[in-house]
Amino acid sequence: MTELIERPAPEIGKARRRREDARLVTGRTRWTDNIQLPGMLHVAFLRSPMAHARILRVDVSAARELPGVVAAFTGADLGPEQGSLPCAWPVSEDVVIPAHPPVAVEEVRYVGEAVACVVATDRYRAADALEAIEVDYEPLDPVLDMEAALAPGSPGVRAGQSNKAFTWVFSQGEVDAAFAGAPVLIERTYVQQRLIPSAMEPRAVVCDRLGEDYTLHSATQIPHILRVMLALTTGIPEHRLRVIAPDVGGGFGSKLQVTAEEVVCLLLAKRLNRPVKWTESRSEGNLTVHHGRDQLQRISLAAESDGRIRGLKVDLLADMGAYLMLVTPGVPLLGAFMFPGIYKMAAYDFRCTGVFTTKMPTDAYRGAGRPEATFAIERVMDELAHELGIDPLEVRRRNWIEREEFPYTSVAGLVYDSGDYGAATDRATELLGYAALRAEQAERRARRDPVQLGIGISTYTEMCGLAPSRVLGSLAYGAGGWEHASVRMLPTGKVEVVTGSSPHGQGHETAWSQIVADTLGVPFEDVTVLHGDTAISPRGLDTYGSRSLTVGGIALLQACGRVREKAKSVAAHLLEADPGDVDFENGLFRVRGTDAVRSIQEIALAVFTAHNLPDGFEPRLDADATFDPENFSFPHGTHLCAVEVDTETGMSRIRSYVAVDDVGNVVNPLIVEGQVHGGIAQGIGQALFEEARYDEEGNLLTSTLADYLIPSAADLPDFVTERTQTPATSNPLGVKGVGEAGTIASTPAVVNAIVDALRPYGVHDVRMPCTPERVWRALEESR
Amino acid sequence: MIPATFDYVRPSTLGEAAAALAEAGEDAKVLAGGQSLLPLLRLRLAYPSVLVDLGRVAELRGIEDRGDRLHIGAMTTHDEVVNSPLVNEHCPLLARATATVADPAIRHRGTFGGSLSHADPAGDLPSVALALDAEFRLASAAGERTVPAADFFADYLTTALEPDEILTGVSVPKLGPDWGCHYEKFHRTAQAWAIVGVAAAVRHSGGAVVEARIALTNMGATPVRAHAVESALAGVPLNGSGAGVREAALRADEGTNPPSDADAGADYRRHLAKVLTRRAVIAATSG
Ligand SMILES: Cc1cc2nc3c(=O)[nH]c(=O)nc-3n(C[C@H](O)[C@H](O)[C@H](O)COP(=O)(O)OP(=O)(O)OC[C@H]3O[C@@H](n4cnc5c(N)ncnc54)[C@H](O)[C@@H]3O)c2cc1C
Repeated sequence: MTELIERPAPEIGKARRRREDARLVTGRTRWTDNIQLPGMLHVAFLRSPMAHARILRVDVSAARELPGVVAAFTGADLGPEQGSLPCAWPVSEDVVIPAHPPVAVEEVRYVGEAVACVVATDRYRAADALEAIEVDYEPLDPVLDMEAALAPGSPGVRAGQSNKAFTWVFSQGEVDAAFAGAPVLIERTYVQQRLIPSAMEPRAVVCDRLGEDYTLHSATQIPHILRVMLALTTGIPEHRLRVIAPDVGGGFGSKLQVTAEEVVCLLLAKRLNRPVKWTESRSEGNLTVHHGRDQLQRISLAAESDGRIRGLKVDLLADMGAYLMLVTPGVPLLGAFMFPGIYKMAAYDFRCTGVFTTKMPTDAYRGAGRPEATFAIERVMDELAHELGIDPLEVRRRNWIEREEFPYTSVAGLVYDSGDYGAATDRATELLGYAALRAEQAERRARRDPVQLGIGISTYTEMCGLAPSRVLGSLAYGAGGWEHASVRMLPTGKVEVVTGSSPHGQGHETAWSQIVADTLGVPFEDVTVLHGDTAISPRGLDTYGSRSLTVGGIALLQACGRVREKAKSVAAHLLEADPGDVDFENGLFRVRGTDAVRSIQEIALAVFTAHNLPDGFEPRLDADATFDPENFSFPHGTHLCAVEVDTETGMSRIRSYVAVDDVGNVVNPLIVEGQVHGGIAQGIGQALFEEARYDEEGNLLTSTLADYLIPSAADLPDFVTERTQTPATSNPLGVKGVGEAGTIASTPAVVNAIVDALRPYGVHDVRMPCTPERVWRALEESR
Repeated sequence: MIPATFDYVRPSTLGEAAAALAEAGEDAKVLAGGQSLLPLLRLRLAYPSVLVDLGRVAELRGIEDRGDRLHIGAMTTHDEVVNSPLVNEHCPLLARATATVADPAIRHRGTFGGSLSHADPAGDLPSVALALDAEFRLASAAGERTVPAADFFADYLTTALEPDEILTGVSVPKLGPDWGCHYEKFHRTAQAWAIVGVAAAVRHSGGAVVEARIALTNMGATPVRAHAVESALAGVPLNGSGAGVREAALRADEGTNPPSDADAGADYRRHLAKVLTRRAVIAATSG
C-alpha cells in the first residue's frame, strides 16, 4: 500500500475556534439549571438578615402547610447528618477550623447564611413558603474590621474565642541586617478590597437518588474533589455517589468549593427520595458565593540608593469571613511566595494572620493570592522609583532576574525555570510608545491640563499549574496535584479522550483535540473529549490554578504516547518488521526506507478484531497516564497602560493597554488570547469598579449587579496583546499556565497609572477600586 | 425571576386598561417595559395584586408632530425615541439623553412613559422632561388631565399619578435651530445609572446666551431645575475666556438636596453638578 502523504500543518499552535462554543453561547446545552428530572422538586433557602445573631427559634410549620410545599427543614431538623462543611487546607499548627453546619443551628455569622430550607413543587411556591417561616434572632455584635477584630476586647465571631484563625510565617535570609541602615526604606499599606467572583452562570445543583445511589449535578469546577469531600462529610459512601459537572459557565475559583447547598440537596434527595433542584438568583449569589481577596497588606522594602533591593517584609491580615471553607486559609499562602516577584533580593520575611469576621467566607478567586502579592510589590516598585527619581522601568530592570540566570531560585524558595523579562518589557514599551507618552505626560503637567496622563507598569511572574503533590503536602494542603487522562482508540479509528481536568469555559475540548491530533496523527474532528463526570472520568483533580494544560495536558500527551507505542508494536507485527525499524508520522507507521505503511486507524480496527496480533498482546490500544509535575509553571510578562485622569471629576479612563505575556509554548493562540483578554478585564474590574461592601451592621450593600459594578466591553479599551515565547523546561510541551496571568498583571498596571498621573498633585496612593469619588477626594485632601 | 403570585391582564385599548385599573384598586400596577418593575417583583420589593400590561395598547405608542410640539406616547420605547427623526430634529436633547439610558437590550424594552412614571431620581429622562417643561397627559376611567412637568415629580419614586391613572403620553415643545443642547451624564460604567446628570438646552445668538433651560439628575429626590444657573447665564458671552459660563455653573447646586449614598457623597455630587453643568452648557453651545 503506497500513498503520497502531504504533511498536514500541525494542530498545536493553530488558532482554532473553540469547538464547544456554539452550544455554550446559545445555551442549548447541559447547564445544570437546564436539567429536568421526572418528579423533581425545588429547594429554596431562608437566609439570615443578620450579620451575627443567636437563633432563638425557627418555626417552619406554617410553611409546611402551604400548597405545593413538600417539606421544610431547620438546621436542627437536619441535625448531625448535615455534618460540617470541610476545610481541606489546615495551613498551620495553630489553625482554628470552626464547625460549619450547612444550615445554621445555633448562631448565624454572616448575612446570607442559611437558617432553613423549603422543598416545593416549583421554585415560586418554594420562595413563597420562605415568607411563612418565622425566625427569632437575638442580635450579637457584628465583627467587621480585621484590625478591630484582633484588638483585645473585641467582640468575638464566636463568643469567648479569639478572632484569629491562624498565623503563618516564612523567613529567608538576614532580614534585620538588610533593613538596618538601608539607604532607602519604603513602607506602605495597601487594601485588597473584597470582591465577588461573578461567574456568568449562577450556581445550581440537581440531586437524584436511585435506591442507595446518588447522582449530584452541580455547576462546579471540582467534581472529583467534591465527590471525595461529600463522601467524607455526609457519610454517603464514595462508590454510591456520582458527581457530574455538566457544562459549567465560568467559575473563577468561586466554584472551587463544597457548598452548603450541595450538601443540603444531597440530604434532601436522600430524605425525600425525590430529585431536587436548587438554582441561585444573582442577588442570592452575591451574598453567598464565596468572596475573594480582602487583605490588608503592610509591605516594607529596603533598598540601596541605586534602587537595588536589599530586603522585603510583608505583614498580611487576611479576612477569612465567618468560617474556613475549602481552601480559605490557603489563599494568602499562595501569595506568600510571590511577593518578591521577578526581583532578586537576599532577604524576605512574610507573616500572615487569618482573621474571622461576620462576613461571607472568602476563598479562591482568579489568581488566588498571587494578584494580591503582585499588586503590592509592583506598587512598591513604583514608590521606590518615585523616591529615587528613577524611571519605574529602570528600577525594575536593575532588580529583575536576567535571562541567563535561569533556572533561578527566588528568595521565597521557588525555582523559576525560565523567562526573559527584558524581552517582554522591551516589546511592551515599544508597542505602547512609552517615550512618546512620557513626553505627552510632561507636556500636560507643564500646562496643568485638567486631564492628566499616567503610565502604569506591571512586570509580573506568577506560580501556577498547581501543583507538585509533594509541595502541596509540605504546605498542608489536603490533596495532591497530579492529573489524569485516558485515551481510547475506537474500532473505527476515532478517539475518545477522558480528562480529569474539569473545564468550565477554558476550551479544553478544542485544545485537547489539538494535542491528540498531533500526537496520534488523527484529524482534529475525529477526537471527542469527555469530562466532568466521576462515572466517566473517575480520576482527576479538576480545574483551578491554571493547571489544566500544564498538568492535565501533559497527562494526555503521555497517554497518547502510550497508545502510539502499543499501536507501533501491532503495526510492526502486521508489517512483519522489527518495531525498532518502524517510524510514526502523521498517523502512519512506516517501515523505515520502504513503502510499507499502516495507518493508525487500520491498527485500531486490527486490534478490535484481534485476528492477528503479536503473541501476548492484550487486544486494546487504550492507555492512560497520571502526571504529577515536578515544578510549578511560571508565566511572566509586562503589562503597560496609559490612563487619563480627569482631575476635575476624578474619572479615570484607560486610553491604551499593552500586554506582552510569556506563557511558554502555545497550543491554541486564540484560547490564550481569550484568557488574556478576560483576565485583564477582571483585573481592571478590581482596579476601577468592583468592591463588595458591607455597612456597619454587616449588611451587604452590593447584592445586585446594579450595585456591584463589573466592567463590560463598553468600559474597556482595545487591548494590544503579544507574546514572547520562552518554553517552560518543566514539562515536555514547554507550556505555562495562562488562566490567571491577565488578572494578576493588570490590577497594579492600572493603579500605578492612576497614581502616576496624580503625583504632581501630591497624591501617592488611591485605594481600590479607584472610583472617581476616591480620586477626587484624594486630590481634595492634598490640595 | 421569583416574584410572588399576581394576576395579569393585557388590555388592547386605553379604555380597557383604565377600567382594569379602576376595578383592581390600590394594589394594581401598570406594566410597561418591565425594566424597573420586574426587578422589584423579582426581589419581592413589590407585591402588586394585578399587573395591567400596556404592551398591546397601540394608541399609547408612537411619536406625533403636533404643530409646535411633539407628542410622545407613553409606551414608546427608548430605542424608538433615540431613532426617531422627529425627536432628533425637534428635540435632540431627549434623543441624546435617551441614548445614554442603560444598554441596547434595555432600551428596546424600556419605555419613555415607564421611566417618567417610575421617577427614579437617578433616571435620565425626568430631568430632561423638566428642562423642557413637558406636559404630561394622564388618563383614568374618570377622565383625563394634563400636569406640567414641574408638578409631576412629587417625591422619591413618587409622581402626580393616582393609583388608577395611566400616563398616556408627554408633549414637549419643539426647540428651534437657535437652541443647542446636551445631556452630560456622569456614571461609572456604561450600564450604570447616573451619579449626576445635567440636561441643558441653551438658546444663543450673536455669541451670547439668550435663554437656558437646565435641569439636574440625581441631585435630590426629584429632578431639579437649576434656576440660579439659568438666570445667571442670560446674556453671558460664549466666546472668550468662558468665565461667564464657569461662574454661572458654580451655582448649579443651589436649591438642591443631593443624597449621600453608596455611589457618592452629597459634597461630591454638589461638586460634580457644577463641573458637569459647565461642560453641558459649553457642549450645548459649541458646534
Ligand atoms: C440594568 C438597568 C439599567 C438602567 N439604567 C438606566 C439609566 O441609566 N437611566 C435611566 O433613565 N433608566 C435606566 N434604567 C431604567 C429603564 O430606563 C426603564 O426602562 C425605566 O425606568 C422604566 O421603564 P419601563 O417601561 O421598563 O417601566 P416598568 O418597569 O414597566 O414600570 C416602571 C414603573 O412605572 C409604572 N408605569 C409604567 N408605565 C406607566 C404608565 N404609562 N402609566 C402609569 N404608570 C406607569 C409601573 O407601574 C412601574 O411602577 C435601567 C434599567 C435597568 C434594568
